[in-house]
Amino acid sequence: MLELSRVHCGYKGLPPVLRDISLAFPAGEVTVLLGPNGSGKSTLLKTAARLLPPLQGEVLLDRSDAGQMPPRAFARKVAFLPQNRPAPALPAEALVLHGRFPHLGLSRRPGPADKAIAQAALAKTGAAPLRQREVSSLSGGERQKVYLAMALAQDAETILLDEPTTFLDIGRQFELLALLSALAAEGRAVAAALHDLSHALTVGTQIVLLEKGKLCFCGSPAEAVQSGVLERAFGVRIHRDTQGRYYVTPPDS
Amino acid sequence: MPRSLKSSMPREPRERKQTVLFVGTVCFLCLAALISVGVGSTPLDLPGALRALMDGNLEDGGARILLYVRLPRTVAALLAGSALAVSGTLLQAVLNNALAGPNIIGVSAGAGFATLLCTALFPFLPGLLPVAAFIGALAAALIIYAVALSTGASRMTLVLAGVAISGILTAASNTVRLLSPDAAAGSTTFFIGGFSGVTLAGMGLVAPYILLGIVLAFLCAGALDLLTLGEETAASLGLRVGRTRFLLILLAALLAGAAVSFSGLISFVGLLVPHLCRSLFGARHRLLLPAAAATGGLLTCLCDTLARVLFSPYELPVGILLSFLGGPFFLYLLLRKKRGRVYA
Repeated sequence: MLELSRVHCGYKGLPPVLRDISLAFPAGEVTVLLGPNGSGKSTLLKTAARLLPPLQGEVLLDRSDAGQMPPRAFARKVAFLPQNRPAPALPAEALVLHGRFPHLGLSRRPGPADKAIAQAALAKTGAAPLRQREVSSLSGGERQKVYLAMALAQDAETILLDEPTTFLDIGRQFELLALLSALAAEGRAVAAALHDLSHALTVGTQIVLLEKGKLCFCGSPAEAVQSGVLERAFGVRIHRDTQGRYYVTPPDS
Repeated sequence: MPRSLKSSMPREPRERKQTVLFVGTVCFLCLAALISVGVGSTPLDLPGALRALMDGNLEDGGARILLYVRLPRTVAALLAGSALAVSGTLLQAVLNNALAGPNIIGVSAGAGFATLLCTALFPFLPGLLPVAAFIGALAAALIIYAVALSTGASRMTLVLAGVAISGILTAASNTVRLLSPDAAAGSTTFFIGGFSGVTLAGMGLVAPYILLGIVLAFLCAGALDLLTLGEETAASLGLRVGRTRFLLILLAALLAGAAVSFSGLISFVGLLVPHLCRSLFGARHRLLLPAAAATGGLLTCLCDTLARVLFSPYELPVGILLSFLGGPFFLYLLLRKKRGRVYA
C-alpha cells in the first residue's frame, strides 16, 4: 500500500505547498482529491508518485521508504497519469506498449505477453479503434484515453491520475468514472484529482479535501457531505436526489 | 476477424513502408558515397585505382588519389553528416524540443571555440584538435546542463541557456581570431564548414569516436522513446530521467564535437535531418536513429560532391551549400507543418 507519512510536499527552495500530510491509498478504494485551484492536488499526487521528493516526512510503499526503491521496481507497483501529455508521432499502440517498460527484461524488448496486455488496456479504455493512429493526430479526449491505457498497461497495484477527466466530453467522463470504480473493484488502489464535486462523490469511496496547504478532511462521501466541509470550501450547496445521487447547486438556491 | 486478433499480425503497413524507405535511403547512401569517391577535379579510373589499391600498389597515381584524397573526404562527409544528425536527434529527444540542435544550443560553438583556441596556442599539434573540440563541446554542454539543472531543468531553460552560451562562445572565438593570426588563417572556412582539409590520418583519429558514439546512441533508443513522452511520464515509468538525460547529452556532445573538429561549423544538418526523419520514419528511435545517421551522411555526402563539381575546378565549402539548400527546405517543412501536418 502507498502511504504518505507526515509529508511536506512542494518544490525545493520554496515554501511547502502542503504541510504535514498523512494519507494512505488503500486497495479497493477510489480516493478522490478535491480542493480549490492551486490547493496542491497535483503536487500531492506527484509526491506520491515519487516525481517530487518530499520536503519532509516519508512516502512509504508497503511500509518501506519509496525513495530508496529502484525506480522501475516502484513503477511496477505505482502508475501515474500526469496532466501534461505530449503527442509524439507514434502509433497509439506503441505508446501504450511503453507502459510495459518497468516490466521488461534486460533487453528492454516487449514480448508477446506485453503486447497482449497493451491491447487489453487499449480495449479497456475504449481506445482500441485508435490503436493504429498516430498520437499526434488524435484529439485531446482520444489522446487522454491512449495515455490512460498506457497507465493501465503498467499493471500497477496503485494508479494515480491527475485530472483524468479534462478534455473528455460528458459521456466519456462517466465512462472514465466507471472505469475507475472497476479498477478499484479489481482490488487496485485508485486515486484521482477531480474538479467536479458530483463526480467525486459518485465515484469516490475516500474523499480527501485539500485547502490552505493542509489536508482538512479525509473520509467517506457521506461524511464529507454531512460535515459540510465541501460546501464551505467550494461555496456551493450539495443535495441528494431520491436515488441517492449527489448534485451541486449555487449557495443561494 | 475480430479487431484484437488482427493486431497480433507482425507488421503494420506503415512500419513496413518505413522500413522500405530506410533500406532505400541506405542504398542511396552507398550510391552517393560511390559517386563522391568517383568524382573530383582530377579524372580517375575508379576500377583501376581500386584494383591497384587492393593489390597494395601505392605507386599507382590513381590509387594514391583514391586513398589519400577521395576516400578520406567521402568518409569525412559521411561521418560528419551522420554524427551531426544523430547528435541533433539525441538533443531534440533529450530536451524534448524540436528547436534543439548542436548548433543552436551551443555545443558546436563550444567545439569551435576550443578548436580555434587550440590552433592559436598549439599551431603545430593538429592531432590535438579532435580532443580539444570534444572538450569544448562537452564543456558547453555541461555548462548548459548545470545552468538548467539549478533552475529546475525545464527544456525551455536548456535552450535559452544554450543560446546565451553560444553567444558568449562565438564572441570568445572572434576574440581569438583577432588576436592570433594562426587561428585567423583557416578560421573562415572553419566557421563555414567544409572538408577540404581532411586527411587519412586525421580521419583515423576521429572515426572511432564517431562510430562508438553512434552505436551507443542506437543502444539508447528505448530510453529516448520514453523521454519523448515527457519528463513526468518517463519518470513514472521508472526511467532515471536526470541521469539518462545527462548521459545522452554527453553522447550528443561527443558526436558533435568529433564532427566539428574536422569539418568546422557545418550548420543545418543537426537540425534539419532529425526533423525530416521524424516526418518520414516516425518517432520510434530504433528506426529514427539509424535513419537519421543514414540521411545525415547521405545529405552531407551529396552536398559535398555537388560543392566540388558545381564550380569545378574551384570548390565551394560544403557549409555554404548546405545552408543554401537546408534553409529553404527547413522553411518548407515548417510551412507544411503550419498547414496541418504535424511533425514533432
